[in-house]
Amino acid sequence: MGKYVIKRILLMFVTGFIIMTMLFMMIRLMPVETPTPPDMPVDYVANLRKAYGYDEPLLVQYWIFLKGLFTEFDWGLATKAGGSAYTPVTQVCLEKLPATMYVNLFSIIISIPIGLGLGIFAALKKNKWQDQVISILVMVAISVPGFVVAFLLQYFFSFKLGWFDFQMAATSRYGWFSWKTISSVILPVLSLSFGSIAGFTRYTRAELTEVLTSEFMALARAKGLTRTQATIHHALRNSMVPIFPMIIGEFISIMSGSLIVEQIFGIPGIGSVYLQSINVRDYNVFLFLSMFYVAIGLVAGLLVDLSYGFVDPRIRMGGGKA
Amino acid sequence: MEYIDPKQYDFSSITKEQLEIANKDENIFDQKFETKPVGYFKDAWIRFTKNKGSVVAAVILLILVAFAALGPIASPWKTTDTNPMYQYCLPKSHFGSNGFWDGTETKSAPEKTYYYDLGRNAVVEGSVSKGDVVEGAQYYSYRVDTYIKGYIFDDLTPEEYEAVIKYQEEKGIQILYPLLDTSYTTNTKILQQHNNANYFYQLDKKLNPILDRDGNVIPIYLKDNEGNLVYYYHNGANYEVRIDYDQYYIMINGKAPLFYFGSDNMGRDIYTRLCHGARLSLILGVVVSLINIVLGIIYGAIEGYYGGTVDLVMERISDILVEIPSLILLTLFQIYLASTWGPVPALLLAFVLTGWIGTASRVRMQFYRYKRQEYVLAARVLGAKDRRIIFRHILPNAVGTLITSCILMIPGVIFTESTLSFLNIVDLESGSMTSIGTMLAAGQDVLQTYPHVIMFPAIFISILMIAFNLFGNGLRDAFNPSLRGVEE
Repeated sequence: MGKYVIKRILLMFVTGFIIMTMLFMMIRLMPVETPTPPDMPVDYVANLRKAYGYDEPLLVQYWIFLKGLFTEFDWGLATKAGGSAYTPVTQVCLEKLPATMYVNLFSIIISIPIGLGLGIFAALKKNKWQDQVISILVMVAISVPGFVVAFLLQYFFSFKLGWFDFQMAATSRYGWFSWKTISSVILPVLSLSFGSIAGFTRYTRAELTEVLTSEFMALARAKGLTRTQATIHHALRNSMVPIFPMIIGEFISIMSGSLIVEQIFGIPGIGSVYLQSINVRDYNVFLFLSMFYVAIGLVAGLLVDLSYGFVDPRIRMGGGKA
Repeated sequence: MEYIDPKQYDFSSITKEQLEIANKDENIFDQKFETKPVGYFKDAWIRFTKNKGSVVAAVILLILVAFAALGPIASPWKTTDTNPMYQYCLPKSHFGSNGFWDGTETKSAPEKTYYYDLGRNAVVEGSVSKGDVVEGAQYYSYRVDTYIKGYIFDDLTPEEYEAVIKYQEEKGIQILYPLLDTSYTTNTKILQQHNNANYFYQLDKKLNPILDRDGNVIPIYLKDNEGNLVYYYHNGANYEVRIDYDQYYIMINGKAPLFYFGSDNMGRDIYTRLCHGARLSLILGVVVSLINIVLGIIYGAIEGYYGGTVDLVMERISDILVEIPSLILLTLFQIYLASTWGPVPALLLAFVLTGWIGTASRVRMQFYRYKRQEYVLAARVLGAKDRRIIFRHILPNAVGTLITSCILMIPGVIFTESTLSFLNIVDLESGSMTSIGTMLAAGQDVLQTYPHVIMFPAIFISILMIAFNLFGNGLRDAFNPSLRGVEE
């Protein structure tokens, strides 16, 4: 197992490195524009271009970039995005991370129990009307695009009924845990949750129905357990084997957030910086955020795979044929 | 039946005469099947039609495709027809004025707004009821026709002016109205209001209309020295006039404007634009998924069939490609190629670059499953070339899954395309082309005031997604032979 984990981690780094190289080459083929802010010394920008080698050949630029990256985790300076010019990219981006994680964390906290609950309920009522209703709702929730859900919520709950703000409250003014802030993220959290509740429900139902029809369930009933006992102690536990890794994956991807929901509800998160970096063509920020998304994907994939082995020792990762 | 003890007979010495052919004068045939043979596709069809949900989804899908393909025929507008006068008109049908889908909106407004709407003929007759008095202002509740724009000041060339005069005489419809005399007031706030041709009556300082004893507004028509109403003054050779825009529009275009789904911020017809946006989405979805399937089949077939080093190298390549988030690729290609190639080819290329990987791995699995089977060996022994074995003998096993994944890929592409154009990462708005995402983004700004702008594209794309997913799931079940007979 240990050997396998190390191998996977190394592979992850290699993949990440190759992707980073490709992205860097593609992005740096376009010139890095460095506007001169009025309050900066005249030679500041010139020195900066020299230090980062923006006018050197591509491979030299990459060498400078790699040196900076591995020695001081320097991803370059944000040239246009993030308000003030020439702050480190990492600072511009990471200070937006809390807002994204805040909203996504709420969404996960409500969608996991609801999703699992509905899925279990549907599986226990398989092919009865409750199950039919739930599967229709799941179908609709998975199909209808997130922005439509967001618009509906925004229109009815903030414009028509006026219950909630239609944009997220400024945390600099109201803090993170005031009622003002929390109530203003209820709608974005709901629109994020519909899809993932549906996903969890569908997956849980599929897994649990499969376990419920397996032979050890018949054995459990035959040895005298009631249906409830058998379901809780045998079926649920076994159906969690594939669901638990899914939850881990969800937890890691809370950092990546949703571009659409952040845009519609004005959440100052990672997604908003990403959009901004595209619109103003700030390639340093774009490269960092791209790699950020790639890294989240890689780490999530790795942890999901590894967690299968931890949850169910029968699943042996790697190793030989035996 | 009698039991014959073999020991009683000597079978070793039966003479030829003792033997008799049992069915001497008949030909023997296999009995013909009384039922018709059911092939793979026929079987899939039978199971698909049994699933009510997916049949309904297929019908809805057909209707939506027909809407995208044939919809513009029913509308006189082009996607590029703009008219700033008619921005944000509400949806209106041919069914006349009955309060539903007729381009009217119910409004509760104070006196001054009511008289303004009344003055420009926009209040629907018989819909007015007096409301409460709030802060000294009488409120009225009434329906207002969003297609009626009232009067405007305009600058007509002599030819246009002649045409208007001629039209007035022929049809007996008044288009030209007297110009306004604002000399009665020196209040600048009121004078500003009189730049609007609809304020043809006296206003007080709070911009409420001044009413006479009968409760009517007092017109301020411009009169010449002899007391005649003035209808124009010369501006060079041109005529400066005040015209009833609604009638003038009918005179020029032959009929009043009508938008089935309302109009947007530039007075463009949402119905026509939705048809074109849907066309673009559907075509893009189908093309992308076809290309991806073909690429995936070729890649996966080579991987799976040849195996070994080829497989190892090709798998590593797709392993790396699959880790790049598609959002980043799509963005990068837009930044790069949109200006030189145009946004659609750039979008297509980005979709195609990693979209085939799922199909490829599915095809690869199929090849690993079937390539060692005896029938493939038999084909090889009979001299079949690699290409024949791949496409004729192994690939048909996967045809069901391939069709299903092709169909299920389309809604994904449409969703991504509309998301990207909604976020303005992709700009598909050019010429007669538009995208549902762009329309949604335009509607987002006026969600509170004019929800109809966003409603129709949102409804369309939601139904499209649901129908595609239901249809795809139905197909998947239908093509899955292991589900045969499970339902009942």
